[in-house]
Amino acid sequence: MASASVRQITVALAGNPNVGKSTLFNRLTGLHQHTGNWPGKTVGVAVGQLRRQNVQYRFVDLPGTYSLEGTSEDECIAGEYITQETADCTVVVCDGSCLERSLILALQVLQRCGNVVVCVNLVDEAQRHGLQIDAYRLSQMLDTPVVLTAAGRGEGLKELLDQIDQTAQQMPILKKHAWDDPVAEAERITFACVTRESTDRESFRRKVDRLLVSRRFGVPLMLLLLLGIVWLTVWGANYPSMLLEAVFDTGYTRLSALLSGLPWWLHGVLLDGLYATCTRVIAVMLPPMAIFFPLFTILEDVGYLPRMAFLLDPAMAHCGGCGKQALTLCMGLGCNAVGVMGCRIIDSPRERLSAILTNAMVPCNGRFPTLILLGSLFFPEAGAAFVVAACVALGVVGVMVVSGVLSKTVLRSEPSTFIMEIPPFRRPRLGQILVRSLLDRTLFVAGRALTVAAPAGIVLWVLANTSFLSRLAAFLEPLGVLLGMNGIILLAFIFSLPANELLIPVILMTMTQAQSLQSVSGVGQTLLLSSLTWQMAVCTMVFTLFHWPCSTTLMTVYRETKSLKKTAAAFLLPTAVGCIVCMLLNLLL
Amino acid sequence: MEITLDRLGLGKQGTVMSVDTDAPLKRRLGAFGMVPGTSVACRYRTPGGSVTALEFRGTVVALRTRDLKKIRVRC
Repeated sequence: MASASVRQITVALAGNPNVGKSTLFNRLTGLHQHTGNWPGKTVGVAVGQLRRQNVQYRFVDLPGTYSLEGTSEDECIAGEYITQETADCTVVVCDGSCLERSLILALQVLQRCGNVVVCVNLVDEAQRHGLQIDAYRLSQMLDTPVVLTAAGRGEGLKELLDQIDQTAQQMPILKKHAWDDPVAEAERITFACVTRESTDRESFRRKVDRLLVSRRFGVPLMLLLLLGIVWLTVWGANYPSMLLEAVFDTGYTRLSALLSGLPWWLHGVLLDGLYATCTRVIAVMLPPMAIFFPLFTILEDVGYLPRMAFLLDPAMAHCGGCGKQALTLCMGLGCNAVGVMGCRIIDSPRERLSAILTNAMVPCNGRFPTLILLGSLFFPEAGAAFVVAACVALGVVGVMVVSGVLSKTVLRSEPSTFIMEIPPFRRPRLGQILVRSLLDRTLFVAGRALTVAAPAGIVLWVLANTSFLSRLAAFLEPLGVLLGMNGIILLAFIFSLPANELLIPVILMTMTQAQSLQSVSGVGQTLLLSSLTWQMAVCTMVFTLFHWPCSTTLMTVYRETKSLKKTAAAFLLPTAVGCIVCMLLNLLL
Repeated sequence: MEITLDRLGLGKQGTVMSVDTDAPLKRRLGAFGMVPGTSVACRYRTPGGSVTALEFRGTVVALRTRDLKKIRVRC
């Protein structure tokens, strides 16, 4: 029933990092913001809507912050939004399992804003820790409404919405508060409102935690874990990839028969250009992604990533970076554009810039298939996993070397401080999150295949059929040879600027000189592999790691730095590294 | 006994007496609730000992051991 009296309420969700703001946000709005158990997951502002009865709620999910005077980019975004008081109601989300620290921010917000609702989230986790929270007492002491929630399970959300509704209707009056030291006040309030029962259920998790970050086993376990993930990805993707290719091959034959009435060029553009490129990208891309992302999500959800950053900080510090850069590299494994944006969690502007410029040197998922295919040249099947893992390691070494050089030359700065919360281990919400990461990514890849691979496929087909591709390849041949590859491969790198996934399809299409990509799906790979010397394969793999970032990443760099010069640097830096390493390899091998 | 926080042994506890780091870090530590009077425990260190994870006010926070030299604790 449409009514004229729909009230619109803007609600800001503020709070410390990693207290479940995004989970709460997703529950309330039905959106699928990425969540994970580590501080800094949300670096931008997300907005979502909810209609309930005659109220239209507009939720603003802010990046987590420890104080209103934060120093890093993401904290500034949150601090500014809260202090400008554009929201009708500010919900401060607190972590029930460590209320004391969460209350410090809540008290700061209460000093600056009227219409505040304090939402104590994660009460289920607090209960597991043996903590009981007296919401009534808390509300009295804070002189503001308090709601207990467990957003992961959807508990307390109705009460929260009722309270938001009620609070937003009041005039925003700043209440007089008696305290002046939020830290001492938080301690006093927590002491009065939280009762602790001793529990020994924690001891097991603590033991696992101690093992995972222990001095002796921490680093080896981390390497094993990462190797395991890469191995599962490479090994597991093999079969579904073949299956998909077979299905698409059949589809090609069927379609070909169906469209036989069309003129040859239209037939070619549609089938050999459009269809073949799209299906190939999907067949090669989708299976590794569908395995890698859920596995990685588990690590994220459990809370392993901050521990990795902890273990890696000493190494990163040597190169003028910090452990948080390791987190952005992990994000880069999924997608470099996301990794570049994640650099907002880094406090020092110089370290942040260096992290942005080098992020593309860790291979993203779009480059995995190329590495897997070339890796299989040396080792059959699962052995390729080691090659891929070595490539990832090489990429990380590259990042560290370049960051180190930058921090000692153009980006010289005082060694900065590093401060990072390490959250408790949480049980991963397997079903919910794995399905989400699978579906979201699947749609993303399918969408990308359509928007990038489809036009690229058509253009490529036309170029291949006007022998333009081969002439261009011949032109690039000297440079390609100098870099230890050949003209065709270099050409393919240039053409895959919009998306790294295009690399192998372009190589195949040019190499076979063919009008059709489909006819070469199975045969072509063998052809490709047999025409490559192992030296060329090594150089191609190195260049896959170190060359210009894809256009999406470059655009993200521009958005983050607002500088064409820095974007150009992000383009040239890895390219220069790739050229130098490839030329050296070419001389040595 | 009063020592600097970087010398607090693994698993040991202490009470913060003073925080004399540079202003930005002091502010950040304050946001986490590390002020004089806070009780801290040393949870774990990296192999080289350059990063230390401290537990205080129910949270575990990782810091460079170098920065802890400016924080005094009584244990």
